Amino acid sequence: MLNGTEDEEKWLAEGIAGIQHYAFFMHRALDSNNLREALKYSAQMLSELRTSKLPPHKYYELYMRAFDELKRLELFFKDESKHGVSVVDLYELVQHAGNILPRLYLLCTVGSIYIKSKEAPAKEVLKDLVEMCRGVQHPIRGLFLRSYLAQISRDKLPDIGSEYEGDADTVIDAVEFVLQNFNEMNKLWVRMQHQGPGGVKEKREKERSELQDLVGKNLHVLSQIEGVDLEMYKETVLPRVLEQVVNCKDDLAQYYLMDCIIQVFPDEYHLQTLETLLSACPQLQPTVDVKTVLSQLMDRLSNYAASSADVLPEFLQVEAFSKLSNAIGKVIEAQVDMPAVGAITLYVSLLTFTLRVHPDRLDYVDLVLGACVKKLSNIPELEDRRAMKQVVALLSAPLEKYNDIVTALTLSNYPRVMDHLDIGTNKVMAMVIIQSIMKNYSCISTADKVEVLFELIKGLIKDIDDADVDELDEEDFKEEQNSVARLIHTLYNDEPEEMLKIICIVRKHTMAGGPKRLPFTVSSLVFSALRLVRQLQGLEGDIVGEDVPVTPKKIFQLLTQMIDSLSAVPSPELALRLYLQCAEAANGCDLEHVAYEYFTQAFVLYEEEIADSKAQVTAIHLIIGTLQRMNVFGVENRDTLTHKATGYSARLLKKVDQCRAVYACSHLFWVDDQDGIKDGERVLLCLKRALRIANAAQQMANVARGSGGPVTLFVEILNKYLYFFEKGNGQITSSAIEGLIELINTETHCDSTSPDSISDAFLASTLRYIQFQKQKGSVAGEKFESIKL
Amino acid sequence: MLVPGKIQHIICTGNLCIKEVQDYLKTLCPDLHITRGEYDEETRYPETKTLTIGQFKLGLCHGHQVIPWGDLDSLAMLQRQLDVDILVTGHTHQFTAYKHEGGVVINPGSATGAYSSITYDVNPSFVLMDIDGLRVVVYVYELIDGEVKVDKIDFKKTTATTHSAH
Repeated sequence: MLNGTEDEEKWLAEGIAGIQHYAFFMHRALDSNNLREALKYSAQMLSELRTSKLPPHKYYELYMRAFDELKRLELFFKDESKHGVSVVDLYELVQHAGNILPRLYLLCTVGSIYIKSKEAPAKEVLKDLVEMCRGVQHPIRGLFLRSYLAQISRDKLPDIGSEYEGDADTVIDAVEFVLQNFNEMNKLWVRMQHQGPGGVKEKREKERSELQDLVGKNLHVLSQIEGVDLEMYKETVLPRVLEQVVNCKDDLAQYYLMDCIIQVFPDEYHLQTLETLLSACPQLQPTVDVKTVLSQLMDRLSNYAASSADVLPEFLQVEAFSKLSNAIGKVIEAQVDMPAVGAITLYVSLLTFTLRVHPDRLDYVDLVLGACVKKLSNIPELEDRRAMKQVVALLSAPLEKYNDIVTALTLSNYPRVMDHLDIGTNKVMAMVIIQSIMKNYSCISTADKVEVLFELIKGLIKDIDDADVDELDEEDFKEEQNSVARLIHTLYNDEPEEMLKIICIVRKHTMAGGPKRLPFTVSSLVFSALRLVRQLQGLEGDIVGEDVPVTPKKIFQLLTQMIDSLSAVPSPELALRLYLQCAEAANGCDLEHVAYEYFTQAFVLYEEEIADSKAQVTAIHLIIGTLQRMNVFGVENRDTLTHKATGYSARLLKKVDQCRAVYACSHLFWVDDQDGIKDGERVLLCLKRALRIANAAQQMANVARGSGGPVTLFVEILNKYLYFFEKGNGQITSSAIEGLIELINTETHCDSTSPDSISDAFLASTLRYIQFQKQKGSVAGEKFESIKL
Repeated sequence: MLVPGKIQHIICTGNLCIKEVQDYLKTLCPDLHITRGEYDEETRYPETKTLTIGQFKLGLCHGHQVIPWGDLDSLAMLQRQLDVDILVTGHTHQFTAYKHEGGVVINPGSATGAYSSITYDVNPSFVLMDIDGLRVVVYVYELIDGEVKVDKIDFKKTTATTHSAH
């Protein structure tokens, strides 16, 4: 092929050289006003264009050289004073040129001046020229010739308001001229497919596509003619153009020209001629990519609709939606081999159109989705990724338009489309839905909508297939489940009955999620339920009796079941925390037995499942902290639980932790509320126990490391002494406090103790605190006065 | 105000729960200090933390470790133990700012308005601290009934030197 290109380069160079050669002589003739010589040399120059050897893009270069020279020639022709021949005679004279191609170029050039001179009606000259050009039937040569004609005639058409308009010349004549030129050019263009240098089909098609704009230009000209109003477009222009498009039976031409029509003519025209335009589609060759044509049309019309609200009634008036959806249906039916992605892309375009033009017509939207479902049902398994992407685009469009998943949930075909997605894509779409909800703060507030929603996003909620389990990246999985957890928080209804229904539905779905998902979803749901409990607490009136639909007791039963399910994971630490939350909530509802049961569960988990020492420390503090706040327990129950708590505190692994947990337990015996327990003795017992442990810790440290242990523990206990001293615990005496301070000082200055700035600073600030209390005056000051430092 | 670049430090009492939230906070400001709450999935956050900003020593702790929960006197003990001017704790989901002879105890409340067994009717809130020399101004932002309410509290330190061991 390289040889071929080299040859072509050579011929082009030769052609250009030829043109330049004859042009030189032509210029000389022009300068000396020698018409005869000018004609002779210009004809010879134009003969270079008679070549058959050049491919279109190279012929174009040659043509442009000639074109430039013809402009100069035209200037000369125009000035009669230079050559003395009238334009009428000139028109006759140039027809004596020997070869037809140069003859016609010259004729067109003179014709241009002829029209300008107005010595004859424009229409007649134009008619003559467009007919004469028939003499050149070679595709490339003919196309360029007619292109030349189109170019020089452009500003001389008898359009409305143009100087060339007259009684005999009307815009109809202009239109006729352009249409005829267009028809002839298209015929030449199509003929290229079957003629011309033999070669590979692709090469031929490439060459043809290089010439497509020459043909399309005519349509552009038609669209620019002022006099072509809607009426004329409808009655004359479009039918004639479509006639040519359909009859030429060439797929390349048909595709290009349909697209050209859509791009070149105004959208309002398309709306008003929708039926005509669409009816041409089935008549096109089966190999034409009609779906792209239709998509382009719909996209244009969508943009038109979006441009201004005034145009929307027009759409309704011409029944655009039904026409378009019918046309699409026919195309998809006719082209059985159309790949899924093509059909779905069509539906996406139609849906975009519908959402722009008829956003309030949810029934239309649903229809489009329904048509897509039908198509998807006929495909056994949708595996094409691009098709999947298009389905996601289809489903995302209503979400974006309405900014509200609730509207999308009312579309009956929406879940049906989602059913056809494979698991991976379902999850992608589910995430899109959840993100839409988050972004728009959508409130999904009824149980049935929640049901629909969770069906839609089921790919995230549970394992659908056995096949795809565990293929997901852990990070992605976490992100998914966190999104579901967030989603659960957004589901809310003021009405307790409805809210409970929602909780039950979510529970039903999430329970099927399996141990991997439960830790994420159970927490959110538990807190939703706890919020409901609190809401019920706040309601007036008695919530007594079983016939009331929503009671805290019923919710606690649900809660227990939910938290129990965490044992399957297992997640003992989380479960413990949630049980304690429920215990506190039960406390607020005055349900002693329920609260006790929760504490039991928490302790069981602590005993049996939480072995890690650090986890135990946190867990026991949570138990103590919660228990301290309980006021619903009777003496016996309280005693049992307190005893357990202190027992476990003393049995933590590290002495330091033991000490701290035990003195935390001291607060179990002192609650500041007016009817709270205030058992000074047991408080002191706890503190003394803590002291013993601290001592033991000191001794152990001495033995094990040779140096003293944490003096800071003693300072902590001192602070606790001061706390209860201030609260008025009579069992704590100022001498006990003084003794403790002395102990600390001893320990600090003991030889074996390494200097510890932290406990020193702690002690210092504690002593400062005592001083400050002394200076306070009133009862507190008096109390503290008794402490001698 | 909550755009990257405006805040120099973020002090967080804990219960961010998931790493995503930590990552988000990091985009606001790279100097992020977090202590561990009982629902944090990241177990390596410390139980307590101290840091110095300007003339102030700050202490940070989630607060579930200090019993009784929310009790000011017990929190004051922790403040003495950490030897800080300002103690920041959470857990109760209720904004408080309390000044006593030993310094200031601030609870910024819950930034999300999350459920709490301790506080009914949680209003989302957070705190901005402006530390300038010996003065700190605390701005509290609360979302109450859909409106953001701002309040401000002034604290002044009496001595320039921070507490040192004797």
